[in-house]
Amino acid sequence: MLGHRLSEWCGHGPILEEDIALANIALDLIGQATLFLKLAGETEGKGRSEDALAYFREAIDYRNVHLVELPNGDYAFTIVRQFLFDVFSYHLLEQLMTSSNTELAGIAAKGFKEVRYHVRHSSEWVVRMGDGTDESHTRAQKALDHLWRFTGEMFQADAIEKTMAADGVGADIEAIQPKWRAVIDDVMKRATLTIPNDPPAMTGGRRGSHTEHLGHMLSEMQIVARSHPGAEW
Amino acid sequence: MNAASTRESVLAILAEVKDPELPMIDVVELGIVRDVSFDDGHLTVDITPTYSGCPAMQVIEKEIVETLASHGFDGARVRTVYSPAWTTDWMTGEARERLRVHGIAPPGRVEIDGGGIAELVSLRRAKPTPACPFCGSTNTVEKSEFGSTACKAIHFCNSCHQPFDRFKPF
Repeated sequence: MLGHRLSEWCGHGPILEEDIALANIALDLIGQATLFLKLAGETEGKGRSEDALAYFREAIDYRNVHLVELPNGDYAFTIVRQFLFDVFSYHLLEQLMTSSNTELAGIAAKGFKEVRYHVRHSSEWVVRMGDGTDESHTRAQKALDHLWRFTGEMFQADAIEKTMAADGVGADIEAIQPKWRAVIDDVMKRATLTIPNDPPAMTGGRRGSHTEHLGHMLSEMQIVARSHPGAEW
Repeated sequence: MNAASTRESVLAILAEVKDPELPMIDVVELGIVRDVSFDDGHLTVDITPTYSGCPAMQVIEKEIVETLASHGFDGARVRTVYSPAWTTDWMTGEARERLRVHGIAPPGRVEIDGGGIAELVSLRRAKPTPACPFCGSTNTVEKSEFGSTACKAIHFCNSCHQPFDRFKPF
C-alpha cells in the first residue's frame, strides 16, 4: 500500500534526488510486499499467487492500517507519515527476523537491511523540515497533527496476531509501541515538532474497515491487471 | 563427470549470465548464486535476491535457465532462497575492481551495527567518502543514499567535479 502511494510521487518529487529516493523506497516496499504475499499465498494453499492477492482482492479484504492508504498530501505529509511507519517497520522486521518460520525470517532479514536506509532518510527530512523555515515547520506540524490519530492502529494486535506471536511465528506488535514512541519523541524534539495530545483513535483496517481513500487507490493500482487478466510482459 | 567437476562446469556456465543492470559483473561473482545441486539428474540452481524489489532478478532467473539449456542442461530449475540474506560482502575482489573501472565506486565492507535505531536517526553520522572511481581522490561527498538503482547511492567528487554512483554496502 505504502509502496504504491510512494510510487505516485515518481516524476513529481520536489527535487530530483528526492524523486529518485522515493521511487527507490517504493520499490523496496513493493518488493517486500511481493515476498510476503507470495509466502502468504503458499501458506494458504489455495493457489493464490502474490499478484492474485495484490490485484484481485476487494478493499474490504485488505488488512492494512489506515495510515498507509491515506493520500500523499504535500511532501511534509508524505515524509512525516513515512517516518512514523519506518520506525514501526524497523521494529517489526527486527522481531520477524527471529521467526520460527525460516522463510518469513529470511524475508524480514532482507527487509530490515532496506528499512535501515529508509529510517535514515525519513528521520533526516523530519528534522530538516521541522527545524527548517517557518513554512516547512508549519507544514510538518500540520502533517503530524493530522497523522497522529492513525498511529495507534499499528500496535493493535488482533486474535490472529496474538496467536502467531505466541507460536513464535509472528511478532508481538504491542511490545513495539514503547520502543517506537521513544524514537519518535527523540526525533520530534530535535525537529522542534509537538506531538498532539489527542489520542490515536482511527482503527479498523485489520478488520477490513477502511477509509474512503482505499477504493480509489485500488481502482488505479488494479486496473491493468483486471483489464488484462493473465497478461505477461 | 563426478559431482564436483559437474558443479564447477555449471558455475563456469553461470558466469556467462550477467546482471542486466551491471553488465560488467556476472551472477556468480555478484554472490547471488548460493548453490548448485543435482537430484535424480535434475539440476537446481539456488539464487538469492539482492534487494526485495530488484527488477533484475526475474531477468536473471530466465537467463540462467536459457544459458544452461544452451549448454545441454535442459530443464534446470531456479530456486529462490532468502536466508541468509545477500550481502555485498559476498562480491568478489575482481568484481569490485571491474565496477571501479566502469565508473562505479565499489562497496566498502558492511559494518556491524552496534547502535541500532538511535544511531540511524542521529544526524551526526559520518558520511562515507569513497575514492572517486575516475580520479582516485577521496575528497568526495554523498549526495543521496538512493541512486539510479536500488543498490547504488549518488556521490560527487570535489577534485575532478564528476558525479558518480557508489554500490552501497548492504
